[in-house]
Amino acid sequence: MKQFFIFVKKEFYHIFRDTWTMIILLLLPILLLVLFGYALSTEVRNTEVAVLDHSKDAATERIISLLDMSDYFDVIYFLDSPEEIHQIFSDESPGLVIVFSEDFYDNIVHTGEAAIQLLLDGTDPNTAVNISNYATTIIMGYQQELLEIFSAPFQIKITPRFLYNPEMRSSYNFVPGVMGMILMLVCAMMTSVSIAREKETGTMEILLVSPMKPLMIIFSKVVPYFFLSCINLVTILLLAVFLLDVPIVGSLVTLIVISLIYIFVSLALGLLISSVASTQIVALLISGMALMMPVMYLSGMMFPIENMPVFLQFVSNLIPATWYISAAKKIMIKGLGFSSIIRETIVLSIMAVVLISISFKKFKIRLE
Amino acid sequence: MNKIIQVQNLYRTYGKVQALSNISFDVEEGEIFGIIGPDGAGKTTLFRILTTLLLADSGSAFVDNCDVVKKYRDIRKRVGYMPGKFSLYQDLSVEENLQFFATVFNTTIEENYHLVRDIYVQLEPFKKRKAGALSGGMKQKLALCCALIHKPRVLFLDEPTTGVDPVSRKEFWEMLGKLKTEGISILVSTPYMDEAGRCDRIALIQNGAFLKIETPDKIKKDFALPLCAVHGKSMFALLKDLREFDGIYSCFPFGDTHHVAFKDESVSIEELRSYLEKKGHDDLILNTIGAGIEDCFMNLADGEVSL
Amino acid sequence: MSVVQTEQLTKKFGHFTAVDHISFEVGKGEIFGFLGANGAGKTTAMRMLCGLSKPTSGKGIVSGYDIHKDTEKIKRNIGYMSQKFSLYEDLTVRENIRLYAGIYGIKEKEIAPGTDLLLEELGFLKEKNTLVKSLPLGWKQKLSFSVAIFHNPGIVFLDEPTGGVDPSTRRQFWELIYKAADQGITVFVTTHYMDEAEYCNRVSIMVDGRIEALDSPANLRKNYECDSMDGVFHQLARKAKRQAD
Repeated sequence: MKQFFIFVKKEFYHIFRDTWTMIILLLLPILLLVLFGYALSTEVRNTEVAVLDHSKDAATERIISLLDMSDYFDVIYFLDSPEEIHQIFSDESPGLVIVFSEDFYDNIVHTGEAAIQLLLDGTDPNTAVNISNYATTIIMGYQQELLEIFSAPFQIKITPRFLYNPEMRSSYNFVPGVMGMILMLVCAMMTSVSIAREKETGTMEILLVSPMKPLMIIFSKVVPYFFLSCINLVTILLLAVFLLDVPIVGSLVTLIVISLIYIFVSLALGLLISSVASTQIVALLISGMALMMPVMYLSGMMFPIENMPVFLQFVSNLIPATWYISAAKKIMIKGLGFSSIIRETIVLSIMAVVLISISFKKFKIRLE
Repeated sequence: MNKIIQVQNLYRTYGKVQALSNISFDVEEGEIFGIIGPDGAGKTTLFRILTTLLLADSGSAFVDNCDVVKKYRDIRKRVGYMPGKFSLYQDLSVEENLQFFATVFNTTIEENYHLVRDIYVQLEPFKKRKAGALSGGMKQKLALCCALIHKPRVLFLDEPTTGVDPVSRKEFWEMLGKLKTEGISILVSTPYMDEAGRCDRIALIQNGAFLKIETPDKIKKDFALPLCAVHGKSMFALLKDLREFDGIYSCFPFGDTHHVAFKDESVSIEELRSYLEKKGHDDLILNTIGAGIEDCFMNLADGEVSL
Repeated sequence: MSVVQTEQLTKKFGHFTAVDHISFEVGKGEIFGFLGANGAGKTTAMRMLCGLSKPTSGKGIVSGYDIHKDTEKIKRNIGYMSQKFSLYEDLTVRENIRLYAGIYGIKEKEIAPGTDLLLEELGFLKEKNTLVKSLPLGWKQKLSFSVAIFHNPGIVFLDEPTGGVDPSTRRQFWELIYKAADQGITVFVTTHYMDEAEYCNRVSIMVDGRIEALDSPANLRKNYECDSMDGVFHQLARKAKRQAD
């Protein structure tokens, strides 16, 4: 029995004396709890709203201001014609476009029926349904208000339409997310582990003491993973289209181009990690902690970015996957053209150039 | 004779540890030069500086007339390096490893095959086997082939015999002897004192400093004190009693005998024998012996005489 | 009285016979060297004697206990030190001693004074609260050995204990072994440093799972007409069919 306790005591010593273990055991749960409880949620707040108001009367004004006053919505855009609807989804990605029929108030008073159409971005069905529900609740609130003044029965008919994903398939949302994750995984993690392995087994020493230019060594590491990523990309797309029925509505060429830029970014990240990691385990951990986790939680893949506190939104913008997933969704699901992803393309290109430059600079021609 | 390696006043620290302290020496072309010393003495650090993998804090070093700092690219083309742990690609076969290194050095296996033939024939039956599945001795031989395949001017072998069985160790040194005839200079480090005798010249190193640089024979001749080997029935008690004897400078166990160094010529073996017999020791065998490399090392190093 | 006694001890792994009917005896206070090339079977044999592995056939008695039936009693009555020193790097010197003392069931009140005594003898009483990982290699080795015999076992098994240390540290280590043997602890050591074989009273050399030679180093050198154990080993190893490749 005494022996049992002494072993337990020993185990405590091991834990307390290893700073990394302590951090993981004690800080990580706190971090995750704060993250999930506070920062990440599937609720929707501050959804941007675009309004197409054919009536522009007291009723519509009231509904619009109720929406704007609520935490969930920010009424920002005012459209003039139905043709602008597609454009606004392409340019600004509002969560909701609300369309009021003509003679809205008059219809309520005289025919007892007025119509509102809710147009939602169906790429992420869960979020879209939530938005639709919140909007409906607020509109019903107005209806209630009116009933207290107005005794005759009437009904506001609300029709939600989910664009881009009429069947409300969750796969539409997660496929671009998975693409972002897998390409990052293969490129960054595998590249960094491979270089770290050479350092760990000592073969890097021999390679350095040879006529081979160090840059060539790096290049040779990167090339196979580049090809593997391309194969992965093709595989995922094939499976998505044929097995999961996820469409590629937009241009395949554009999708591939933006994917290639993203692959370069990920490879550069892998190189950067390998220059600081001396063993495979460290490379793996850094890739996991610093890459995978942010991609999963902060890239918009699972949790809407709009809901995150400003600080996390800022962090999210630093993650390459965020931009890639956003671009991939626009092209694949919304069928939008290159013009809609100009911002993403520029950001990813800058990231690629900056990261590649840093990792080349950091690559050591000597052992330390 | 051309000096293929020239080192002057090399210093290098790692944090608080002085890894190398005022190291200076030369290696002649075609020599086998041994760096003999225990773990942590600084051998690997020295090798890494000479193969351009590390920078020294101060001092200079030239390999084949190239400065290790400025002309590292030239040096990297002309040397063969075998670091400790025989770094090989574990998941590539014997053949693939050799092929890879030959190509990296812009040559082919055939071009310099004569250099590695004697060693490679022992590996040939296993040429398709993955390097990770080889025994220690085989890995060592493969690593040597890979370091030689481009006919380097200098071979740097960092502890090539550590962790390898005695039979392979002996064969390895025979191979090195043959390489010498090809005009390849060899700088080799080892913790095994008995291997020192196989080198043309050796440097004894401890705690980052050279204790002595000389041919093995001269080091042994330079051992100033009279040395005697003592064997008795009870070795432990013998050790204690020997250390208490007045005329003794040092006494160390050396396997089945204890090596006793007298303070000077005035102390005689007979004196020692009668002292020990009075202490009750039986079956005593005392012989005057010449010093071995290990005796010299113990004498030159800071050894504590404990117990 | 023999501390170790084996008779036709054998261990097979499937069709492969790692240890092939070995028989030998080791006396009390003897320093016994168990030599052989890698793959010759010495580690397997030693594991059986330590109660870590069940023999396929044959008999063996260690410290009076049967290696088939009383493996737990054997484990409690022997000391063991392996190549990697078996000390916890992130525990202090004192904590390590306390841990192992506790494992071997030494009485609580005897541990602290015993610890101090041991550290004083080794000459590192000052390092009592130093983490083992900051100790130099040679010190770790000596500490490891002392911890292995802390509970005064009848026999201590040393599995390739020295390696890479400088000559003087290695000697200090062997002096500790001499001292232990002098106090009546039998020392069973495996090594592939042939020069260390010379420190032993008797030496056995295993080739292909069998004991090919067993005698004092002096006699072996005479019989094989070599001036070193290295030479003796070389001759015997040449016959080995089992290439460790």
